[in-house]
Amino acid sequence: MHDIRLENLSRRRFLQGGAGLTLGFCLPGVALAAAEAGPGKAGAGVVAPVTFEPNAFLRIGADNTVTVISKHLEMGQGTYTGLATLLAEELDADWPQVRVEGAPADAKRYNNLFWGPAQGTGGSTAMANSWEQMRKAGAAGRAMLVAAAAREWQVPVGEIVVDKGTLRHGASGRSATFGQLAEAAAREAVPAEVALKDPKDFKLIGNTARRTDMRAKTDGSAQFTQDVQLPGMLVAVVAHPPQFGAKVKSFDASKAKKTKGVVDVVQIPQGVAVLARDTWSAKKGRDALQVVWDDSAAFKLGSDEILARYKEMAKLPGLVAKKEGDAGKALAGAAKVVSASYDFPYLAHAAMEPMNCVIRLGAEGCEVWNGEQLHTGDQYALAGLFGLKPEQVNIHMLYAGGSFGRRACKDSDYVLEAAHIVKAIGGKAPVKLVWLREDDMRGGYYRPLFHHALQAGIDAQGKIVGWQHRLVGQSILIGSPFEKMMVKDGIDHVSVEGASNLPYAIPNLTVDLHTPTDNPVPVLWWRSVGSSHTAFSTEAFLDEVAAAAGKDPYALRLELLEKQPRHAAVLKLAAERAGWGSPLKAGKPGERRGRGIAVHESFNSVVAQVAEVTVGKDGSVRVDRVVCGVDCGTAINPDNIKSQVEGGVGFALSAVLHGEITLKEGKVEQGNFDGYGVLRIEEMPVVEVHILPSAKPPTGIGEPGVPPVAPAVANAIAAATGKRLHRLPIRPADLLA
Amino acid sequence: MIRLNVNGKAVKLDVDGDTPLLWALRDTLQLTGTKYGCGQALCGACTVHVDGAPVRACSVPVSSVAGRRITTIEAVDKVKVGKAVQEAWRKLDVVQCGYCQSGQIMSAVALLEQNRKPTDADIDAAMSGNLCRCATYVRIRAAIHEAAKALA
Repeated sequence: MHDIRLENLSRRRFLQGGAGLTLGFCLPGVALAAAEAGPGKAGAGVVAPVTFEPNAFLRIGADNTVTVISKHLEMGQGTYTGLATLLAEELDADWPQVRVEGAPADAKRYNNLFWGPAQGTGGSTAMANSWEQMRKAGAAGRAMLVAAAAREWQVPVGEIVVDKGTLRHGASGRSATFGQLAEAAAREAVPAEVALKDPKDFKLIGNTARRTDMRAKTDGSAQFTQDVQLPGMLVAVVAHPPQFGAKVKSFDASKAKKTKGVVDVVQIPQGVAVLARDTWSAKKGRDALQVVWDDSAAFKLGSDEILARYKEMAKLPGLVAKKEGDAGKALAGAAKVVSASYDFPYLAHAAMEPMNCVIRLGAEGCEVWNGEQLHTGDQYALAGLFGLKPEQVNIHMLYAGGSFGRRACKDSDYVLEAAHIVKAIGGKAPVKLVWLREDDMRGGYYRPLFHHALQAGIDAQGKIVGWQHRLVGQSILIGSPFEKMMVKDGIDHVSVEGASNLPYAIPNLTVDLHTPTDNPVPVLWWRSVGSSHTAFSTEAFLDEVAAAAGKDPYALRLELLEKQPRHAAVLKLAAERAGWGSPLKAGKPGERRGRGIAVHESFNSVVAQVAEVTVGKDGSVRVDRVVCGVDCGTAINPDNIKSQVEGGVGFALSAVLHGEITLKEGKVEQGNFDGYGVLRIEEMPVVEVHILPSAKPPTGIGEPGVPPVAPAVANAIAAATGKRLHRLPIRPADLLA
Repeated sequence: MIRLNVNGKAVKLDVDGDTPLLWALRDTLQLTGTKYGCGQALCGACTVHVDGAPVRACSVPVSSVAGRRITTIEAVDKVKVGKAVQEAWRKLDVVQCGYCQSGQIMSAVALLEQNRKPTDADIDAAMSGNLCRCATYVRIRAAIHEAAKALA
């Protein structure tokens, strides 16, 4: 195999400016790095003999397949489809010929352009950071195909038309598919500059390209980490300490080792790992293991005690995250002061696929199979542990069975756990670490528990003159590798996002923050991060203020959003489509019904929602309908936007109605879906999604549908019952008739 | 040795009788389309058919289904209803992460085998045990109606 890779320097210079493409050719006959496992490749497994690979994101086979390489993880949010849509648009490919495969970990070629030199998926950035990059990649490929056709047919470039994967020259009647021209196109120079389409000429963008992963995910063939089988692979199930900070004191593995199928038992920093030929044997082995834990350094507080401490802290001012005017003075001089506090529990991500990771150590380095969300972080963490160079850590990015942030672990927790097991057995076998549901739910890295206290002052005319917002909760970023980059003056901006950028025109505003540092419960970003609590406290509180001022909550918002046209527009859209102000149909006897509204910006998108609820005599809450107005810039795939917002509503409702991780004496009380409830089909409301037309570049959509749900529902409950919610999840006992 | 009939094929397995059907399918027979989600019949990700009825494979010892007819997602397209459900799922782009969807499809097929014209309430009752963290429920419901229409 002659592995010839040429780099076009002029093209490279052009792209260094911003798009960040590194270009390389694969000359005809050069096979690609053999059979990497990965979605898109699985099942096909064959690399076409003649391949045109104009850049790091595109490969066209002689068999006429267009393979788009996704630098981002597909965890449900539709990234593979979206990225392929961008590239295929400018390539003028035929959608059915397009497939997608996951990129390897290589931050030089595949970094997230919003994250500097790091590769990873998060913050709803996939489309936004790739918007130009993927279109340019497609346009470059198209230009080279056209140049090749012009040369072969001896016709001017400008006379060639490309449509749905076919190049045509009208006058001569010649035509060829991408596959037929792939070999010739590979010999063309990579263009130094490419022109992108005028949006009015878009064919795929703005329409609904069908999901590229649909077939594999409906016939059982989609490959998740849980499905990886390697020759000689052992499955590891780990006994973890019952409290954060506890350690192994001693263990007796004699019974575990006698369990059929068990091969080895090893101690690792995270606990004791049982390795077996299959998952069930490993689980049985772990059940037979006897471990004595040393809890001398363990965290032993319960959630109630943590919250009580936070409430104490909230009595004093914290570090100022945002200050405009003088809120204290404004409150002191106000005609009326409204006060409220809100409490939020720890939340588990509880992705349907519990955390897992497969690692194989070899002479050349290590190979990893993972629903990989933080390529560069995990690559460096593994390199550090194994004493390798980061480029010797070869990561196969598989589909993730959900994540909601969990697979982007700032500390590479479960990935390093798998690596420690491999290290403990001297790399003699590939290892699949399997967390059972209980390991996943008790494994920490929760949405942090938070306490918020708010005060607002209203003058005699009902105008809001001051707003004071105090937050108490653990930082996700402090103590993590991201601290240096993202924490300023002690303020972790993800603790206060959504509060410190309150969109309303209020003249005097202070947001301050207490960050407890003596709490070792691991915390992490959970779909919509800070906005998962700040949207609730700000939007539920604004309704309390509106009530005190005698104003309609929708009218008050519009009044305060005069300088925020995007917020006002989605608010109007949702309110109009929901019939705000029209009477709600009465419920059954004893039922109370209400409508509530909320708007919130997150990840540069703005979403407004109107929720309709029914509250039973027994305090039970049914959310009947949620009407959404969405501004996420250019709608690349309107149906996927709808799908993400529908799912975001359901995800948020799990936390509104059920979700709560509680600690007692430091032990997590929930272990499975019986204790940690998540939304079921009969609880899913009707969701209507209305997208605001926009010509602006695309912004996030994986997360922004989540934040407004809880406050819209709380405000609807208040409208129905007169009772304000001050903690989540809802307790029906608080809402008895 | 345990003898099973899986997707129309007779197979012999060298596993303990108390091994859950789920792990026999996944780890021994390499039928990985059936997923592990909770291990306690709480989430439905492992739903398969035993003699046509939906069961949670994580909580069924393999010895208890010896000789019975087991169908998994990999072979559900061999029957008319299974194919219709898969096609409806694809038509409406139901899936997101996809991890729970094998179980969702198996439950939906079992429902439509029994009830060719399910109401929303019938769907809720039949699908309540199948969790989806991506909350694709709106589309699951629509796709079951779509499949029912196609089968009518």
